[in-house]
Amino acid sequence: MSSTDGDYDALSRTDHAPGDEPARGREVAEGVLGYLIGLGLAILLTAVSFFIAGTFLVWRPSIPIALVVLAIAQIGVHLVFFLHITTGPDNVNNVLALAFGVLIVFLILVGSLWIMYNLNQNMGPMTM
Amino acid sequence: MTAFQAGADFGDGRREETQGPRPEAIMDHAGPTAKRIIVGYGFWIFLLSDIVMFSAFFATYAVLVNETAGGPSGKDLFDLHNVAIETACLLLSSFTCGLAAIGSRAHNGLLYYGGMAATFLFGLGFLSIEMHEFAGMVGQGAGPTRSAFLSAFFTLVGCHGLHVTLGLLWLLTMVAQVFAKGYRADILRRVLCFALFWHTLDIIWVAIFTVVYLLGAGA
Repeated sequence: MSSTDGDYDALSRTDHAPGDEPARGREVAEGVLGYLIGLGLAILLTAVSFFIAGTFLVWRPSIPIALVVLAIAQIGVHLVFFLHITTGPDNVNNVLALAFGVLIVFLILVGSLWIMYNLNQNMGPMTM
Repeated sequence: MTAFQAGADFGDGRREETQGPRPEAIMDHAGPTAKRIIVGYGFWIFLLSDIVMFSAFFATYAVLVNETAGGPSGKDLFDLHNVAIETACLLLSSFTCGLAAIGSRAHNGLLYYGGMAATFLFGLGFLSIEMHEFAGMVGQGAGPTRSAFLSAFFTLVGCHGLHVTLGLLWLLTMVAQVFAKGYRADILRRVLCFALFWHTLDIIWVAIFTVVYLLGAGA
């Protein structure tokens, strides 16, 4: 027990690990409530995504952008409510690591698509 | 965060966190960071590198999505009904995994074992639907060798499925370790890492069901 308490005492002092609650993390009801809010928001966003993908109620060309925005929103919900990545001062290391990861992901995705699209345009039709 | 301090006893779960010899000269202000924070942070870095790996698969898929070589496209193959059930399974498993993490911190056996059992069942449900979908696609001649699109599809979604499979094995290991050794600090650190891993798999699935299935099948 004492070693566990050591972990949590230090936890409330400065930083906290990703996935840990900012508070002491012992209050079960509060913790469950946080996950319930996250689950509710995630279900809502997922349901809207699936609904909007098949609907004809909105302007069709707008749907891909709407789906991407909904996905990014849901990833944000997961990060905040499930992984407990917040903007608090005890979370700066985690957020900075995440920011760097997002930068690399952005470079890989946009760079690949941009370069491959250009190559495709400049290659011309292939004759077998 | 004095990370070099932690390197000394990294990997040996039986030693105490904040004790042991430490040169006072390199201690600056708040003292050594708890091992739980260092382990969690290190695992978070690993997960981000895993996400970077997935982003390369996503980029490959996005480049090759139209190269069907005359074979079936996503519109012909994807069944959004199945995907919705898979999504529900994984989202609920992420939620119950969170409950298990709370249970492990509170030393609450019902919450921990119940949450882990539910997580396992939802994860298994997800995996069996996915295997069924893959088998159906291969059965109708749309296996990974059919076209560049399908190669990229099976690489991306299969890699996520492989992660889920490994996660389920890890889950069983954590249940067994808590059962055998109790809520010890080192075991709880592993539970923390497992929970992070499982939540991250759900985040990657959000990207997969949006980019691969919803954008591929309809819009």
